[in-house]
Amino acid sequence: MARAVSPQRKAMTTIVVYLIAFTLFFPILWTILVSFNSEAQAIDPPRVLDGSWTLENYTLVQERSDYMRYLWNSVVIAVGSTLLGIVIAIPAAWAMAFVPGKRTKDVLLWMLSTKMLPAVGVLFPIRLVLIELDLLDTKVALVFILTLINLPIIVWMLYTYFKEIPGEILEAARMDGATLRSEIVHVLTPMAVPGIASTILLNIILAWNESFWTLTLTTIDAAPLTAFIASYSSPEGLFYAKLSAASTMAIAPILVMGWFSQKQLVRGLTFGAVK
Amino acid sequence: MATQHSRSAARFMMAPSVVLLLIWMLVPLGLTLWFSFMDYRPQRGTFDCCVGFENYARFVTSSSFQDAVITTLIMVGGILAITVIGGIFLALLLDQPFWGQGVARILVIAPFFVMPTVSALVWKNLIMNPDNGLLAYLWRFFGADPVVWLTDYALFSIVVIVSWMWLPFATLILLTSIQSLDSERLEAAEMDGAGAVARFWYMILPHLARAITIVILIETIFLLAIFAEIFVTTGGAFGTQNLTYLIYQRVIESQNIGLGSAGGIIAVILANIVAIFLMRIVGKNLDA
Repeated sequence: MARAVSPQRKAMTTIVVYLIAFTLFFPILWTILVSFNSEAQAIDPPRVLDGSWTLENYTLVQERSDYMRYLWNSVVIAVGSTLLGIVIAIPAAWAMAFVPGKRTKDVLLWMLSTKMLPAVGVLFPIRLVLIELDLLDTKVALVFILTLINLPIIVWMLYTYFKEIPGEILEAARMDGATLRSEIVHVLTPMAVPGIASTILLNIILAWNESFWTLTLTTIDAAPLTAFIASYSSPEGLFYAKLSAASTMAIAPILVMGWFSQKQLVRGLTFGAVK
Repeated sequence: MATQHSRSAARFMMAPSVVLLLIWMLVPLGLTLWFSFMDYRPQRGTFDCCVGFENYARFVTSSSFQDAVITTLIMVGGILAITVIGGIFLALLLDQPFWGQGVARILVIAPFFVMPTVSALVWKNLIMNPDNGLLAYLWRFFGADPVVWLTDYALFSIVVIVSWMWLPFATLILLTSIQSLDSERLEAAEMDGAGAVARFWYMILPHLARAITIVILIETIFLLAIFAEIFVTTGGAFGTQNLTYLIYQRVIESQNIGLGSAGGIIAVILANIVAIFLMRIVGKNLDA
């Protein structure tokens, strides 16, 4: 890829790229900066940069709104739904990758099609079922729903990773008398771990940010960070700095995870069509 | 190769995923379909079967449906135009040699990981607020009257907010695609005297065609369902009520389940039209 270009051109490109990159990143940077200012400074842009800073917003957000509970809900829902999805999806993806039948492709595409169902079309029935089961506004309900929402992506991602494991290795293991179980445990799993890890990472990100079901199916008990932040849409008094602090805490872990999973993101969100 | 034994094992292993997704798809959708033919308004205690296609007729002929369709088209079209054209440009730029590639990529991709409620509220308050926002400050600095973005230009503002999130997505996927282009062929074309425009038009763009199509289709599916950004900024006012939000309001706020369900089925049909095209492309890729 190292094309020969003049240093001047490279310098020019660098400047242009960083101007754009900085502009795109600016709203996030600004949010972080505002979160370390007092409310009075937050509504006066020049004073945000006056050098004084405070951590009080972070403590205030926690004291006034029990931030930790929302955070915990987010963690339980995102991690829970991802792990449950992985456990359900691994056998399916394994079977489709290594024992493909005539209908494997149809099944894969059909799974993908369920992902395209507009959520709002089934919002009322889902609410109704949850009310009947007494599960509205519970973490259990959201874990299950987000598992189902992301299951097609999890199966697809795992499938594309498993597909890359050479089948000959499995055949060799079978020749050596490995049982199906030991084949999975000793041969396949070690080779599949990186793919599984990336799948987990991407799906935690997707589940963490999911904001249709988390907004429409929770009120207080199971509300995760998406819903907590949404409560700032009709606030009282000055709130910019507190909103910024809450936002910074809500996006920081996912930003870090996201940066680590750029490559997997492309594969996961295009269902393996772009790698 | 696969023995009968492993076949049945495979079926057994696929069963949980398939059964769960089947239930997930059929039960709620079946209920929505059923409700869509009923006069079902819980607050008034009506639960009458069956009114035929009355709900569909009422939903489709209402002016709010027509407005919502137009709003949805502008919203999806505007965001697609910004993210795809911007994404191609950014991907080409990021593919050039420059210093600090890793950091630049991290900065560009970051907005995609911001949860929708955060990005919408940060834009609404810190940036677009007509009294205390950054843009208002900038406008005043140049002696102009601040713009009341989310009231006077509400639809445009939402297009900007959502584009900010999806531009990184388009860029990342198109960049991945560009980098898989054989750079030796490009260099050969350059040696043969093909200019930058010709190389872009005849070599890079055709290579990107498939990735662009995929970006458009995937974004369309997500953009048809924009919800949180509207929920926390305008609440559907000022001409920002898209189809998803209209159905949400019918079902949850006005509690007209029959009417909302008919709308839901229409949304499902619309989304499926897009989905069919996406599936074809992805399906072809499976054969390759």
